[in-house]
Amino acid sequence: MNTAYNFAFFDEGSKREIRRATLKAIAIPGYQVPFASREMPIGRGWGTGGLQLTLSLIGKEDVLKVIDQGSDESVNAVSIKKLVSDTTGVQITDHTSRATIIQSRHRIPEVPLNKDQILVLQVPLPEPLRYFEPSEHETKKLHAEKEYSGAWLMLFEQIMKYGSMTTGADHPVMVHDRYVMAPSPIPRFDNSKMNENEALILLGAGREKKIYAVPPFTKIVSLDFEDYPFEGESFDGKCCRLCGSEGVFLDELIDEATGETYYQCNDTSYCCEILNEVEKAGVN
Amino acid sequence: MGYVAVKGGTQAIEEAIKRLKYERLHKEQVLETGQIEAGMRGLIDQVMSESSLYNEKLAALAIKQAEGNPEEAVFLLRAYRSTLPRKHCSQIIESEDMKVERRISASFKDIPGGQILGAATDYTHRLLDFNLMNETEKTVKEWLSAYAIENSSIEELMNGPELVLPKVLDYLRKEGLIPPLENNDAEPDDVTRESLEFPSSRSQRLQILTRGETGAVTSLAYAVIRGYGALHPTVGELRVGSLPIYVGHPNEEGSDEDEYYIGNIKATEAEMLMPFMAEKEKGSKELEFEIGYGLCFGQNETKAIAMGILDNCLEHPDNSFPSHNEEFVLLHIDSVESTGFISHLKMPHYVTFQSKLDSVRKTKGKTEEREEVRSI
Repeated sequence: MNTAYNFAFFDEGSKREIRRATLKAIAIPGYQVPFASREMPIGRGWGTGGLQLTLSLIGKEDVLKVIDQGSDESVNAVSIKKLVSDTTGVQITDHTSRATIIQSRHRIPEVPLNKDQILVLQVPLPEPLRYFEPSEHETKKLHAEKEYSGAWLMLFEQIMKYGSMTTGADHPVMVHDRYVMAPSPIPRFDNSKMNENEALILLGAGREKKIYAVPPFTKIVSLDFEDYPFEGESFDGKCCRLCGSEGVFLDELIDEATGETYYQCNDTSYCCEILNEVEKAGVN
Repeated sequence: MGYVAVKGGTQAIEEAIKRLKYERLHKEQVLETGQIEAGMRGLIDQVMSESSLYNEKLAALAIKQAEGNPEEAVFLLRAYRSTLPRKHCSQIIESEDMKVERRISASFKDIPGGQILGAATDYTHRLLDFNLMNETEKTVKEWLSAYAIENSSIEELMNGPELVLPKVLDYLRKEGLIPPLENNDAEPDDVTRESLEFPSSRSQRLQILTRGETGAVTSLAYAVIRGYGALHPTVGELRVGSLPIYVGHPNEEGSDEDEYYIGNIKATEAEMLMPFMAEKEKGSKELEFEIGYGLCFGQNETKAIAMGILDNCLEHPDNSFPSHNEEFVLLHIDSVESTGFISHLKMPHYVTFQSKLDSVRKTKGKTEEREEVRSI
């Protein structure tokens, strides 16, 4: 542990300020609370919003898990874990169920979260209306007036042009019938996991200096139309080549030798856990 | 089976970090931070200014660690700055009190106190000086002692009574050519403690401009005077020198005598004059001057002037020019923010890309269907 820095890197005043913004965000689900984002020792755009939330929340008893695009061992997840563990000495885990704080870039884990956990999502662009309105001053007004026709029109135009909604990750959601929110670039597959989730979900955008939240058991509805319902990514008839799981988000990979496409769990720790269970069962 | 990056990231990172260290060291030369401090004044000043941290020693260390890459050095110092509590706000600094080392005006030939060229590259020919390849401590010392003898009177002047000069613009104010303004001595908003919201305050704008990436600030200001803006500024006064900083007693509101002197900072200040058509009574118009203000740490004249231009642009919002739009200028000139977001594109985007791929496949199927329908 690096004792040249304060516990969890920040001075206590900075932590307090981030916690205040977080409390406000929890009190107004889906509303983007501005905060004076600090410069971090990792790149702006590399998860500094999530990292600031994690560092402001973490205590000595916490157990941390960090994933990046589903993987615990992805370069950036490793780098973030290293920084937090260097400045706090807390325990690190890969197991979703053992973690008390899970910082994630662009995935909600496959293992359901519980009420004792906090999921911290890293957000690159927190403003769901930015696509059609570049000005921050204007989008603030649109949110205040609940004027979301632009968001619906964006989806409508996609249907007119391409025959379906073409949002990739980051499909906008309505929070508790009030705020339209960018769920961070989680795949559409994960949007439904936000609805009525038992865990507290916090979203942090470091570069854009915003914190927002989905408190436990909040209603989250992905924007769609009656005749064009929202659809997640489909993996029908496909399963993980390693553990055989179905109904999870799969990575599409190509076998270099045969040129065949195959699939594998995107959530690597989930995949490992299933494999371990299978092995144990086999040994017994 | 193809290689799938599931495990092994930790070790790969350790090795990449080692490799970076190797690149810095493999020529087996130790670059001392003292040498950086002594010989890289321009880079030190730029890095201190962009990181909003005035400390030459730390800047030299950051430059060493970053192998001279300013974006990386600024990043290091900003991250370090985040760990420091902000304990004081300095007393108001009057730039008339600057101990001037260089001071010029492009508007008036004959200014009170005179034009003082000081140290500037403006008057050099940019010819590579190959003699510097063989510079030795001996030749340096010889040159210095000869210079000291030659300039004994100037040395006295510089070390003797401080060279404090009146401001050029005060002359124009007396003439009534610049409208007089009340001093605004309110404590400035600090964007590092409270995030920027729009419309912004002037102190927020000035703070972001002075922290701005030198190249970005210069480019935008260049666009303004070249054609994408409506300004034709003149340098009213440009001064470089040191400013004394005082803080008040932390607990007691006291007189000036209780102030603590905490040191000097070197700064560049630019006061730009912009001709401006002012509306007068009964629709008549009169040409007046307006000011654009630039101030940055160290000697960085291009940046201070560019900041002065952009300050004035943002005082007159005009959506036909991006350089007059505060959100466009203020949200895009920060070094750590812009380089951070550009470089994040190197991170894996497997999930987001898979998601987009799914959308593309869905629309492909639908477009074909629609085309079939059409052909029937």
